[in-house]
Amino acid sequence: MRALLSTLLIAVPVTLILTLVGMTRGMLQDSEQRARGIGADIWVRPENSSFGTSLSGAPIPEGMVKFFEMQPHVKLALGSVVQPIQGVTLGVSGVDLDKFNQMSGGLQYLEGGPPRAPDDIIVDQYYAAQEKLRPGSPLKLWNRDFRVAGVFASGKLARLILPIHQLQEILSESGKVTQIFVKLDDPKNTDSVIAELKMRVPNLQYHSMADLTSLYSVNTYAGLSAFIDVIVGIGVVIGFFVVCLSMYMAVLQRTREIGILKSLGATNGFVLRIILLEGLLLGVGGTIIGIGLSFGSWWLIATLVPASIQMAIVPEWWPIAGAITLVGAGLGALYPGLNAARHDPIEALAYE
Amino acid sequence: MNNGQPIIEVRELTKVYRVGKVEVPALRGLDLQVKAGEFLSIVGPSGSGKSTLFHIIGGLTPPSSGRVRVADRELSEASEADRTRLRKRTVAFVFQKFNLLPNLTARDNIAVARYLAGLDRKLDPEFDDTLKLLGIAQRLDHLPSALSGGEQQRVAIARAIVNHPAILLADEPTGNLDTENSKSVLEIIRGLNQRMGQTVLMITHNPEAAAYGHRTLHMRDGRIVDPN
Repeated sequence: MRALLSTLLIAVPVTLILTLVGMTRGMLQDSEQRARGIGADIWVRPENSSFGTSLSGAPIPEGMVKFFEMQPHVKLALGSVVQPIQGVTLGVSGVDLDKFNQMSGGLQYLEGGPPRAPDDIIVDQYYAAQEKLRPGSPLKLWNRDFRVAGVFASGKLARLILPIHQLQEILSESGKVTQIFVKLDDPKNTDSVIAELKMRVPNLQYHSMADLTSLYSVNTYAGLSAFIDVIVGIGVVIGFFVVCLSMYMAVLQRTREIGILKSLGATNGFVLRIILLEGLLLGVGGTIIGIGLSFGSWWLIATLVPASIQMAIVPEWWPIAGAITLVGAGLGALYPGLNAARHDPIEALAYE
Repeated sequence: MNNGQPIIEVRELTKVYRVGKVEVPALRGLDLQVKAGEFLSIVGPSGSGKSTLFHIIGGLTPPSSGRVRVADRELSEASEADRTRLRKRTVAFVFQKFNLLPNLTARDNIAVARYLAGLDRKLDPEFDDTLKLLGIAQRLDHLPSALSGGEQQRVAIARAIVNHPAILLADEPTGNLDTENSKSVLEIIRGLNQRMGQTVLMITHNPEAAAYGHRTLHMRDGRIVDPN
């Protein structure tokens, strides 16, 4: 029972680490996939915008969209307004849907269709599942009542989409956009077009779609990497204390058995070794159960909040989480092990 | 009985335990010689130092002063590692409370002693005869909790002799057994002494049990005394 409880407790930080890493990876991958789904070759952002915070507001004049469309090799430019509705994880995008469909190849509607009335909004399948929405469902945002016109397959632009002029009007940002997507006649011209645009309009950020993978990485988000390190550190500390306490109790419970082993010729090193080995076995068990529980986290997140949070299963972190746990378990077993090794065999044999 | 050189020689042995700030003398200048192959019974009241003498001869604790030579090893100057080595193959214990490892079967309890001595855990085929002699050959796959007291003590004896130690130290081996099992265990120990030439030192409170030995030593207040 003691071993089972210890293993379960050790599994907690493993689950914590794998869930956090999985959420980070899942949300970055989801954002990257939706950005790629737009079908643009160049992504133009305000000069001072950061990947660590969500885009909001509309600092770019909408006229820039037309300006970009007049540049050589530019086939299409699409302005977009973004407004978060739930922290940095969930936002509404406003676009010209006809142009967006030309650029992306069109949204695939699972239910309903595009917005037709002034207060119509379309949502993706995950947001619809999370909020239990169907075409015709009412949806209140920013104290305004909307009606869900359609549910589209996720993977393009945003979870919620409004016609751009409607969102501009709501935000009082008429004639301005948050970002611009540019589609070229040939993706091979991306670098030369970016170089040209940087010369002509230097006060904007230009990213090619090839940059997306590096843009959507842990290191791009200020503080995220340190946050993960803190959680990993907490994992080591929890593992250390759980194993230390568990093995300390085990040594107390087995004092007499340690005395028996010593009376049979067990060395101090042998006694230390078996305590360390048991601690490491608890660590291995905790890692395996923790990995199993991380699938439970994944299922819970995918079931309860599929639109707000995405979690990926990250198998390459299993050995890392295992190694972290084993370090904590090994350190935790060391003190009780040394205690056990130092037991006087006569006192140990007399222990009741 | 072998009348050769002493396998145990003890001269002016003292042992003082420290309990808090109080020093408690357990042995006060004890002399003893035991010849190889001898079966020696040791009797005496509680607190007379019998178990302490065993613990020193068995290397579980060092003497405070005096000389202790066991199977050509000088224990008074031996390190803890040397004394641990002594317990692997040269000296073995049988305790009143059996002291079997509760989570291991009888077979594994015996195998542990072989493993700790650096031998193959698998029991020698020749040892089967000893197990039959001990009457536990059919009980080897049971946990101690499934064995009677007599069976547990016979497993403990099998564990003690599996590495063919030169000296067997039996500390009240019948103290927790009924009359029938006591007799059986004493016969086994005497048989080991007679058939295998095992040197046996046995602590007992029971005069009938003491009579199984070739001679009996009486201890009182940390010394060997004349019973008369």
